[in-house]
Amino acid sequence: MRHVISAQVENRFGVLAHIAGLFAARGYNIESLAVGPTHDPSISRMTIVVTGSDRVLEQVNKQLNKLIDVIRVQDLTAEEHVERELVLLRVKSNPKTRGEIAQIAELFDARIVDVRPGAITLMIADTQDRITALTEMVRPYGIHELVRSGSLALART
Amino acid sequence: MTTETTPKPQHPPLEPATEGQVLSGAEILVQSLMRAGVDVAFGYPGGAIMDTFHFLNRSPIEFILSRHEQGATHMADGYARVTGKAGVVIVTSGPGATNTITGIATANMDSVPLVVITGQVPTTMVGNDAFQEADVVGITRPISKHNYLINDVRDVARVVREAFHIATTGRPGPVVIDFPKDVQQAQTAFHWPESVDIRGYRPDRLEKKISPSHPMVQKAAKAIMRAKRPVLYVGGGAVIAGASEEVTALARRCQIPVTTTLTGLGAFPEDDPLSLQMLGMHGTEYANYAVDQCDTIIAVGARFDDRVTGKIAEFMPQCECVIHIDIDPSSISKNIQVDIPITGDAKACLAALLELVEPTERSEWAEQVLAWKKHHPLREEFGDDEIHPQRVISAIDEIAGPDKITVTDVGQHQMWACHFITHLRPRSWLSSGGLGTMGYGLPAAIGAKVAAPDRAVWCISGDGGIQMNMQEMTTAALNEIAVKVAVLNNQYLGMVRQWQQLFYGRNYSYTCLRRRSICEKVCRDPGSGKCQAYLPNIVAMAEACGWQAQRVERRAGIRDAIQWAEETPGPVLLEFSVHREDNVWPMIPAGQGVKKMMRGMELI
Ligand SMILES: Cc1ncc(C[n+]2csc(CCOP(=O)(O)OP(=O)(O)O)c2C)c(N)n1
Ligand SMILES: [Mg+2]
Repeated sequence: MRHVISAQVENRFGVLAHIAGLFAARGYNIESLAVGPTHDPSISRMTIVVTGSDRVLEQVNKQLNKLIDVIRVQDLTAEEHVERELVLLRVKSNPKTRGEIAQIAELFDARIVDVRPGAITLMIADTQDRITALTEMVRPYGIHELVRSGSLALART
Repeated sequence: MTTETTPKPQHPPLEPATEGQVLSGAEILVQSLMRAGVDVAFGYPGGAIMDTFHFLNRSPIEFILSRHEQGATHMADGYARVTGKAGVVIVTSGPGATNTITGIATANMDSVPLVVITGQVPTTMVGNDAFQEADVVGITRPISKHNYLINDVRDVARVVREAFHIATTGRPGPVVIDFPKDVQQAQTAFHWPESVDIRGYRPDRLEKKISPSHPMVQKAAKAIMRAKRPVLYVGGGAVIAGASEEVTALARRCQIPVTTTLTGLGAFPEDDPLSLQMLGMHGTEYANYAVDQCDTIIAVGARFDDRVTGKIAEFMPQCECVIHIDIDPSSISKNIQVDIPITGDAKACLAALLELVEPTERSEWAEQVLAWKKHHPLREEFGDDEIHPQRVISAIDEIAGPDKITVTDVGQHQMWACHFITHLRPRSWLSSGGLGTMGYGLPAAIGAKVAAPDRAVWCISGDGGIQMNMQEMTTAALNEIAVKVAVLNNQYLGMVRQWQQLFYGRNYSYTCLRRRSICEKVCRDPGSGKCQAYLPNIVAMAEACGWQAQRVERRAGIRDAIQWAEETPGPVLLEFSVHREDNVWPMIPAGQGVKKMMRGMELI
């Protein structure tokens, strides 16, 4: 099962390496990991998406909590939370398809962040389903490159 | 008129620093160690730690100069296992630091508190492949409880304070402090933090919650009272928590037989009829039968590791209730699904349980256990006059008496020491359990003797393992550390040879320590007496290092030699020429269940 874990950690160098190393050493499968400082500059928040059985997830939680630099770990999966991911994709375009692509972008609330001859770059910040849907819609035009931020999630209360 | 003035010493002794006194980072480190109550440290100097050493020999801290940094780290480990205090290691950068890795990993696996201080190249050069630079924080991350790289001289005192706190509380473990040379040289005002506040680390919170009204404690008490065939399964965590009295009280009040893991030996007195001794791969038959038949298991500070459980699917088939007490939540429900988890200090948890459980009679179960013990004893009787390791260990056990500390290396002799030493007290048995580190024995024994100079410290080693840290014999001689070492020389890497005999058709591939370049690659006639002489001459090596030493070749000489070692002041080594192909029984082959237990060669 897919789990979304949110961890508050000390904003200190080496912490990311520590957590990445823990996942690697214990063979946990990370789908995505996003990290950045919070409103308190001494604390970073990591959103980690992992898949695994309940047993594995219990261990992930415990192992994370064991790290001295980890302040708090929440498994958001069972809680009400919002989850978004940001994606940039550069799509092949020509004067004929540009309008169609722009229309698709509009349908998905995606923004056109760059246009140049032969390519158009879209940005979407949305749920996984909508991101997949947009990707499928523009795929026929030819995707040059795509980058995802990894999921960001926050509990609603 | 002339006034006589005594010349001011060039390197005056260190006075304890006052608050706000401006000092170098190096001196702050040494002052902080003094404040942390360190009385002895182990290590080895070098370029990147010289500034710190400049203060070390003027401080009241006793420093033991080892002959290899691995030796120093195991010494600190031995010291820590005996005292419960953090063992301190101070070494240089690069190779000095990497030489401590095996010692740190050993301590980490067995939850031993260490504070390891490594010199580092100046911060301006970190990451540049500078001379004697190693990424110590990166290398030690997966094998330590925590680590620090000090970037700012103002952090030195706080980091030392935190390091001791982290190393010794919760589930203890090694903490590494990487200390760059320019930070050692920089100056700042000394402030010793009165308290520690680490927001991601609050082990005290766990302990406060434990009381007789704790719902899991209540559940556990009921389960224990209800159980018909309970077993207490006690690990190193019980020793660390100082919970032996509580374990003993619970066992006796509720008539529960007790088995311990390798690191748990000594947590329950083995002269008690309830003792089943060690369980697992080389555990006693009766311990493994009891676990096989139990309906309730109470695990205390133990982690159901693979050397204990064997094949998980066949482990404790009749067990209906698993109670697990451990301070480390990540040890609970890791390998075995637990019904009643209690996270907390073992001593506090058991004390709470003891307020709830009432004396219980379990005569049927007790009789069954006694019958197993009677019909399947460990004692092996040999019909010959050879020196068998078991005989040597039993003699040491008897002659050195109940107050001794026993230290082992890793291999067959280690398992026989588990079996034939009567473990009576906690913190009197030191052995590398989790990592199984050959070379641990001698230096750990030295550390143990430093910690307990008034107790006899016996190291039982193999001929392979003794050679892994032999250089520390010099350390013991020069520092007058009177350890007694018994080398059980079977001229083989015996434990590996045993597996080759049992599972690889007696193909003794590179386990014969008499093997020379002229031998055939595949030995056609192992143990045929035709082979080359053994090297080195272990007795001569010990003597070369300033030890008293003897080789014992006849059974009749065993007791006299041990007596002589006990009475001879200073470090003493006895080399016993033991039967070459003795095997450790019983044995449950790796990954198998109790049904596959082997009791001797004839059953294969
Ligand atoms: C550092 C290290 N290397 C290799 C091993 C694998 N190993 C485990 S026991 C053993 C043999 C030990 O031989 P010896 O010290 O002579 O003891 P014996 O088994 O003969 O009593 C070996 C090689 C180990 N545990 N540690
Ligand atoms: Mg040997």
